[in-house]
Amino acid sequence: MTYIAKPKFHHPNLPRNELGLTRRDYEGSMSTLCAGCGHDSVTAAIVEACFELNLPAHKVAKMSGIGCSSKTPTYFLSKSHGFNSVHGRMPSVATGANLANNELKYIGVSGDGDTASIGFGQFAHAVRRQVDMLYVVENNGTYGLTKGQFSATNDRVSVGRKGQVNAFESIDLVSIAIQLGASFVARGFSGDKDQLVPLMKAALSHKGFAFIDVISPCVTFNNHGGSTKSFEFVRDHEHTVTGADYVPHRDEITAEYAEGSVIDVTLHDASWVRLRKLDATYDPSDRAAALQYMMEHQAKDEVVTGLLYLNTGDNELKEKMDMTSAPLNSLGAAELRPSMATLDKINAGLR
Amino acid sequence: MKTNDFVIKFANVNGSGSASANALFAKAIFRMGVPVAPKNIFPSNIQGLPTWFEVRVNDKGHLGRRDGIDMMVAMNPQSWDADVAAILPGGYLLYDSTFIREIDRDDIKTIGVPLTKLVNERFTIPRERQLFKNVAYVGALTALLDMDFEVVRGMISEQFKGKDKLIAPNIDALNLGREYALKYFDCPLDIRVATSDAVGDQILIEGNAAAGLGCVFAGATVAAWYPITPSTSVAEAFEKYCHQLRIEPDTGKKKFAIVQAEDELAAIGMAIGANWNGARAFTATSGPGISLMSEFLGLAYFAEVPVLLFNIQRGGPSTGMPTRTQQSDIISCAYASHGDTKHVLLFPSDPTECFDFAITGFELSDGLQTPVIVMSDLDLGMNDWTTAPFKIDETADLNRGKVLNAEQLDEIGRFGRYLDVDGDGIPYRTYPGTHPEKGAFFTRGTSHDEYAVYTEDGKVNARVMRRLAHKFETAKTLVPAPEFGQAEQGATMGLIHFGTTAIAVPEAMELLADRQIHLDTMRLRAFPFSQEAEDFINSHEKVFVVEQNRDAQMRSLLVNECGIDPARLVPVLNFDGFPITAVAIADMVSEHLGQGADDQAQGGFAAE
Repeated sequence: MTYIAKPKFHHPNLPRNELGLTRRDYEGSMSTLCAGCGHDSVTAAIVEACFELNLPAHKVAKMSGIGCSSKTPTYFLSKSHGFNSVHGRMPSVATGANLANNELKYIGVSGDGDTASIGFGQFAHAVRRQVDMLYVVENNGTYGLTKGQFSATNDRVSVGRKGQVNAFESIDLVSIAIQLGASFVARGFSGDKDQLVPLMKAALSHKGFAFIDVISPCVTFNNHGGSTKSFEFVRDHEHTVTGADYVPHRDEITAEYAEGSVIDVTLHDASWVRLRKLDATYDPSDRAAALQYMMEHQAKDEVVTGLLYLNTGDNELKEKMDMTSAPLNSLGAAELRPSMATLDKINAGLR
Repeated sequence: MKTNDFVIKFANVNGSGSASANALFAKAIFRMGVPVAPKNIFPSNIQGLPTWFEVRVNDKGHLGRRDGIDMMVAMNPQSWDADVAAILPGGYLLYDSTFIREIDRDDIKTIGVPLTKLVNERFTIPRERQLFKNVAYVGALTALLDMDFEVVRGMISEQFKGKDKLIAPNIDALNLGREYALKYFDCPLDIRVATSDAVGDQILIEGNAAAGLGCVFAGATVAAWYPITPSTSVAEAFEKYCHQLRIEPDTGKKKFAIVQAEDELAAIGMAIGANWNGARAFTATSGPGISLMSEFLGLAYFAEVPVLLFNIQRGGPSTGMPTRTQQSDIISCAYASHGDTKHVLLFPSDPTECFDFAITGFELSDGLQTPVIVMSDLDLGMNDWTTAPFKIDETADLNRGKVLNAEQLDEIGRFGRYLDVDGDGIPYRTYPGTHPEKGAFFTRGTSHDEYAVYTEDGKVNARVMRRLAHKFETAKTLVPAPEFGQAEQGATMGLIHFGTTAIAVPEAMELLADRQIHLDTMRLRAFPFSQEAEDFINSHEKVFVVEQNRDAQMRSLLVNECGIDPARLVPVLNFDGFPITAVAIADMVSEHLGQGADDQAQGGFAAE
């Protein structure tokens, strides 16, 4: 029903952000996903995060591959340009777009097939290059759009819709991202917006490659008892690691927090992330510990959510490549095309 | 006696340092004003296999490859027999007489110079001995061929400027060979060079370097690439010239981004992403990369995103002959990707056109909002060619095509990304980030309507497809026009060629004229084919199509796109990995014409 424009009418008392916009201004077209799809909640979280961060929507670019999750950019930020590319290749398109104009915010939405199977190679290299973007995998362990095949993130021994058993080892994108050097790695759950929205806000404020793996159960193909990515399984086994309560610097709001110590971390745009350690021994800045923690909890069949790893010390792609500060797409002939006199010198050197 | 008209071939072992000595030789002759066509014939290997450097020296514009060697410099025992056999009767064999060799021919003149002995007496370091052995034979050649020694000496000084300690030993090595030749042989030989003004203001450069430089002058800012023989040097040249010409003076920062991608799919994905976002971006590859990139090319075609792609063609199919030349990706590029797709192709025939077509390629890609593929090949890309100096039009701005800015968006009503506003099939686009309220749209490979909204309505999709076909018709009026070989064309038969075969055609026409055969020639420079190209075919009874692939792909494309009767197009083919020779073209044409009526139905001939 995307050709039906959603009504612009909204309640006059809807809260407005600093740009004078309401949450409705950050929405897109009506979703055509199945009723109850986890992806629609992730979409709502993106809308909420962008609204609360006061992002100008036209300065955001939405990138996706192919799959149910890759359809979702149509359902948020209608004022942003979007690029729904080809299966598994969104990272390269996002990288090229990023190089052309580093002053936009890039949100890449992908699925577990798009990222952990066909797109596995490109994902790895986008992480390595620290492409400045928020990369969201809406992870349901299944190929929804082609009707329910196993994906690579589907846990071994989980029973497929038609009763087959998955015999292969599962790919954990969070561990892989940490291994490859992503500087912001988190996991959320589509049914827990209270945790997901602050994670997204922190990710969108982070400079570098920010990865959020969102368990987003597929209501049609994978939301059954044997699946480890169903609503029931995750609710039963979820082990929340850290809650990230995003606090913009200038507001200086201090929030209440539970037991455990607090770490204030300065991000590159001078705003703060205050991490609430629910588990007093967990340190999101220690890469090796994060991986160990992941493996320990994986062995217990636990889904670890929260901000698992944060590194504010690395620089992102444009800095790594020592590029000029002006966006490349803003440079014209005067800056880019040498003169005929210069060309004559080059000719002379070839004689 | 042959002055400024001979073919000399060097047979070396690859990895032995012969390349720079051979290049020095060729460039020295060029600097005497004599046009040269040096060709590297190298193996798909790093060290230890035979490699050849074949130089045609000619001041009458006959720089296409020619069979038969006038002088062989045989430095590789592995290929000795074949090398000696390749020398024309009456020709010369220059070899290292330190070692005893069997020379079975009595119809050639042998010149034995004890290179190893001479060099070992003078130098002690093994690496120096190996490198200076090559320089020594260049020294011998300066005497044997009557080269201007001062030119060579000057080049050594230039080459090692800043490393002055290397100049003297190199000059010594040159003199070792030169003095020996002068002392023991009648110099100069029957083949020789003489200072000339034939080069004029021409330059010596390889096609790939010209393409890379052209991209700088086209204002390209992003390059993404994956290494593959023979296209790697396009990206390397772009990088080298960017470091010279695109560094911000006060900050030292780069006004460009070059990414060595993890594979060809990522390379073209990045180029497309960058172009979508308003930066001119390109990638370069060869046949195998085209296969990998085809999915993205279909996306760029259907979603109408510009991208420039250089295909430096090599021997196919599959991994094929990575170090040999061919023109066998015509069909796979013209129709790349599944579904109904057609792409703009450009066919450069020398490095000057490689430079020009980089600029034209970007203009066409932006202007038509579609991929453009520059179809070069290994022969052009990786060899030095004598070619016209580069020129640009400084007064012209970089034309980015139909892009709406914020003010323009305010003036119009509803923006539609795929609306055919002007009737030429080319819609208007916007860059991300332009306007807070208007101009945003979804770029997608799925079927869409004029407002870029997803649709499954087949009639709408058909309408969009027809507009894309109409856009391709518009392209016919914008792409480089064909060039005709004769000021007046009144012959009954014609000959079509494209790309690097152009260098052999004028000589072939002279040979045919000697046989009383006259053809009008047309050089295609682009696809789609313009009306002029169709008219040429329709105004000749029979037209030969010269190309370097087995299946006569350009011929097929002409038949398919212009509705030509296949019987009127006669293939003239070569696909042995070497550039076609003028003699081969002339022989195939005259053989075809000399045949009886019953043989005409057979179609074309292929060179073995």
